[in-house]
Amino acid sequence: MTGIALKPMLVVFLKEVRENLRDRRTVLNTLLTGPLLAPVIFALIINGVVARELDKADKPLPVPVIGAEYAPNLIAALKQQNIVIKDAPSDPERAVREMDADLVLSIPKNFADSWRRGEPAQVELIYDASQRDAQGSVGRLRGALESYSQRTGALRLLARGLSPTSMQPVVVADRDQSTAQTRSGTLFAMLPYFFILGAFIGGMALAIDTTAGERERQSLEPLFVNPVSRSRILLGKLAATSAFALTSVLLGIIAFSLVGRVLPTEKLGMTLEIGPHFALLTMFVMLPLVFLIATLQTLAAAFAKSFREAQTYLSLLMFVPAVPTMLLSLFPVKTETWMYAVPLMGQQITITRLMRGDAVTAEQLGLCFVCTTTAALLVYAMTAAIYRGERLAIST
Amino acid sequence: MIEALGLHKAFGVVKAVDGVSFVARDGEITGLLGPNGAGKTTTLRMLYTLMKPDAGSVLVDGIDVARDATAVRRRLGVLPDARGLYKRLTARENIDYFAQLQGLDAASGRARADALIAALDMTDIADRRTEGFSQGQRVKTAIARALVHDPGNVILDEPTNGLDVMATRAMRAFMRRLKDEGRCVLFSSHIMQEVGALCDRIVVIARGRVVADASPAALLAETGATSLEDAFVAVIGSEEGLAA
Repeated sequence: MTGIALKPMLVVFLKEVRENLRDRRTVLNTLLTGPLLAPVIFALIINGVVARELDKADKPLPVPVIGAEYAPNLIAALKQQNIVIKDAPSDPERAVREMDADLVLSIPKNFADSWRRGEPAQVELIYDASQRDAQGSVGRLRGALESYSQRTGALRLLARGLSPTSMQPVVVADRDQSTAQTRSGTLFAMLPYFFILGAFIGGMALAIDTTAGERERQSLEPLFVNPVSRSRILLGKLAATSAFALTSVLLGIIAFSLVGRVLPTEKLGMTLEIGPHFALLTMFVMLPLVFLIATLQTLAAAFAKSFREAQTYLSLLMFVPAVPTMLLSLFPVKTETWMYAVPLMGQQITITRLMRGDAVTAEQLGLCFVCTTTAALLVYAMTAAIYRGERLAIST
Repeated sequence: MIEALGLHKAFGVVKAVDGVSFVARDGEITGLLGPNGAGKTTTLRMLYTLMKPDAGSVLVDGIDVARDATAVRRRLGVLPDARGLYKRLTARENIDYFAQLQGLDAASGRARADALIAALDMTDIADRRTEGFSQGQRVKTAIARALVHDPGNVILDEPTNGLDVMATRAMRAFMRRLKDEGRCVLFSSHIMQEVGALCDRIVVIARGRVVADASPAALLAETGATSLEDAFVAVIGSEEGLAA
């Protein structure tokens, strides 16, 4: 024999890559769906939030009013606050419930009587507190009503020769410590999930194809008759799966950096730190995670008896990374160092903090990398054990 | 040379192979004949290192499979029961993949693939993707892939299964050619005619055991039967699972 024979692992890797590059659906998932998931969803959310905030602040606020004729002065004061008075719907409670109106203001018939007698004149604000979208409108109208009430109260006190300040023994001054970034916490907590999901989508097709698919097509048995140890074959397959997933993640980060630049995040007062520093460190913590995910997917696919069963297992597996995301956005706890040691959660926290421009220490990055790598090696050992088993190759 | 020595294999309580011993010699075609479910495929799987026997041993050219499976695999060319090809690769790419896994360098791999493609008369399909190949084209590709490293021993699990008449004839001619090249050819079949026409030696398996091990002529003499078919029925004890 002349020339140099390729190493078996490399042979398997190259063959899997070549074969899967010829599958249009796989390529599409790796190069398009996986990478675009994070930036597209982020763009949608940001644009939605921006549009909503801008809407609420500047635009006239339409308010359906029942009994506007009983309080002409109040109505005039509201109009000055850029509130547009509308005719009330016949069933205000229902209109609010069905989201036809954000809120309805109801002025009772006896408003004028109470007013003249100097008693508290009641108005009713009909709204649904569970409609988050309506909160801004409710707040604005309530503010307008209260400022009218205070102004009138102050005038009444002055008319009786009292100082209006005697009504305010305590004054509260708000000193909010939140920044624009922390206010959009939920938004940021969600984003890393889509990067991680990108890795899942990028590797999914190959994990299935190289294990369950190969067995279903009955090519695993002839493959194993070659003088190559099964762990080498497995490593070649995992390398191919990881390569696709990594491509997906890398493209995702690039796409996200580009999209992040053109998004109107500054209108929300947010600043995103998505330069090369972010990209580099994100890739660093994602690297072992991609291998862990590829190995987990291959393990699940090796358990499956058929292609379809493997698809079901792997789709279920996709929900796993959502768990730390949901926990972190529902219970925004203080970030502790041990959290970096938990695969998925570590990446989640690292990416979130990097994006916000918060510091992540070298120790924390190292902890995240080492622990995820250890988990990946453990899962690899399990997968290799399955691969060594007699049953894996037998397709019939 | 392939030697099976007292092979046993059970799946749960089912004894698939229950003490199988025989020798397949170089320059001979040995036929493993038996009804469906007799344990042929399981026996072959132990021979080509895919399964570990519960008891007994396998020697290929004197090398114990249990001691050095990798060395045995270099000396074996195997057409397993499962013939899956990679359908997004061409026939030639399928063959190349196995050449590389066998450790051949690019030049010898290509030379060997060309020779096999010519010998198996598959030049016209060599550079087509294997998706949509006929059964015969698939078997040819699988055989070329199995023999790309020029092994001295060839194991074929039901090589003519699913082939039409012409393809079956071509396959038999190819097997004789392998024999003439001095290789040890071992194949399984449940078709008596085929075994009778091809084999130097017939090993009949029934219910996981060897019930006869002789040349076709000796088998006739032993059973006193006038045809091979009658001889098979006589040694197996029933006509179940045999095809003429």
